[in-house]
Amino acid sequence: MEVIGISGLRFSYGEGFSVRADSLSVGEGEVLTLLGPNGSGKTTVLKCINALLKTSTGRISICGRDISSYTRSTLSKVVGYVPQSHTPTFPFTVFDVVLMGRVSHLGLFQQPSRSDRLKAEEALKTVGISRLGDRIYTKISGGERQLVLIARAIAQEPKLLLLDEPTAHLDFKNQITTLSTIKRLSKEKGLAVMMSLHDPNHALLYSDLIALMRNGEILICGPPEDVVNDKTIEEIYNLPVDVVDHAGRQFILPRVEN
Amino acid sequence: MISSFFSLPTHYAWSLAMMRKKILLFSVILLPLPIFLASLFVGVYPIEPIAVLGVLARRLTDPFGQVPSDIFDVVVFNIRMPRVLLALVGGIALSVAGASLQGVFRNPLVDSYILGVSAGAGFGAALAIAYLPGVPGSVQLFSFAMGFTAFFTTYAVAKTKGETPVISLVLSGVIVTALFSAMLSIIKFFTEAERLAGVVYWMMGSLAVTGWAPLLQTAPLILAGFALVFLMRWRINVLSMGEEEARALGINVERDRFLVLFAATLMVSTFVSVAGIIGWIGLVVPHTVRMLLGNPDNRQVIPVSASLGAAFLMIADDLARSVASFELPVGVITTLVGAPFFLYLLRMRGGSTWR
Repeated sequence: MEVIGISGLRFSYGEGFSVRADSLSVGEGEVLTLLGPNGSGKTTVLKCINALLKTSTGRISICGRDISSYTRSTLSKVVGYVPQSHTPTFPFTVFDVVLMGRVSHLGLFQQPSRSDRLKAEEALKTVGISRLGDRIYTKISGGERQLVLIARAIAQEPKLLLLDEPTAHLDFKNQITTLSTIKRLSKEKGLAVMMSLHDPNHALLYSDLIALMRNGEILICGPPEDVVNDKTIEEIYNLPVDVVDHAGRQFILPRVEN
Repeated sequence: MISSFFSLPTHYAWSLAMMRKKILLFSVILLPLPIFLASLFVGVYPIEPIAVLGVLARRLTDPFGQVPSDIFDVVVFNIRMPRVLLALVGGIALSVAGASLQGVFRNPLVDSYILGVSAGAGFGAALAIAYLPGVPGSVQLFSFAMGFTAFFTTYAVAKTKGETPVISLVLSGVIVTALFSAMLSIIKFFTEAERLAGVVYWMMGSLAVTGWAPLLQTAPLILAGFALVFLMRWRINVLSMGEEEARALGINVERDRFLVLFAATLMVSTFVSVAGIIGWIGLVVPHTVRMLLGNPDNRQVIPVSASLGAAFLMIADDLARSVASFELPVGVITTLVGAPFFLYLLRMRGGSTWR
């Protein structure tokens, strides 16, 4: 079933750069990756879907309803968002950060109840980081922080999960841990996932659908095997590459001359 | 059997730590009560403690003073008690405003000054003291009106395209503060010497009021502002994560932030109108509370700040009334105590609560 559908989306930052996405659709349990170089418009597309940016034209439908029919809090009950970089001022505990995911389910003057605390605990458990609950969020590693933000998005109980470069600033192992967690959650909970990535190999390993972006446009979107080949990757990154088969999977290698 | 034996101490230690924290929390929350009672024994006019107790006992059976009373009753019940209660609500106003503004602006160095509220209220009060001397309620009304004017100016200048970025809020607050301070200087320049003394004394901050009227005019507004912040205390946690993130989590950032700022302005300008500018409480108290609790969670920081702020201002005012044969402005005392204490905390902790 389709969770998110986009048609004819246009967004423009005043003059100059504009972003267009003519057709995208992600269903339950599917992972779609936006792949493209810096400044190709990946973050902009994600922010439009979360109504953090207002689109000028086009239709975004989430769970069968147009995005304009949602209020801020009803949208956040359906769409979980994991932001890119994160610098909180206050040293909250990990648990308190995850608990904040419940705010869209609470009224203006309501405090989180016992059931909200249980949901936050469950989210920590689902992501596999229950042991971090009492730690101070500002004092854990970047990889752990990324998982905490994913747990917070899970506590929102969304149908659609948006992640803006979830592997940025992470080391080799933490990149894989994070992406595996995302993929697992998508399958376990039937979540539709949209994320932006920089590394074509990560996209190949973890996506059901890949959308290639350049200069604010989606060039092509579809299953990895249809979308990713040496020609398309060379075109969007303007870099010569080789596609290598290994253990039944495709990998992209940059062609480096020295 | 062995495993349960070994697991017992850790569980026990955990609950002991929890218990110790709960006791700490509880005693800070209740702190204002004994200080309030003790403060009734302090003052320039010499009264034996036993006479104070006598007044209190009499007032317990005759709360509205129907029986003709003596001078002790007037001093304790009509001068000291409203003054101590004013210090109590004032401490709540300044420290809760500070705590909530720091949360909303994600900035440890913010308090009511940054929005221009204090400067605006100060200008309004000086205007009334200098040009409408003796008109009842004029000082309150003017400082209140100007505090709000300053707040709305700051907010309106900062607001662009339906958003109010923190940086432009802080910048426009600085500009508005400068503007109102300059206007205050003009007033001081053109005011005759005898009235100028009144303006200057008020600016230093003092709780020297007589009777219940000032308290009854201000306490309801301050408590209303406090109630609003108290109800939104958990939301302030989410607001402190930053504008875009709070929005993504489902908060109507514009509305919620406005409500908190409104409540803070209401509390501060109301209090400034009777007591002048009393500094440092909004900065020192919330910091101390976060360090005491070891946790920035506003569900605890807001109520504990209210209690500690109330206790702090009552003690500071006790000192103002008792260290010299004449009264000192309490604002001087809060600064003398607050500034070095703040410095000490920063040195001790290396500012680690903010990282």
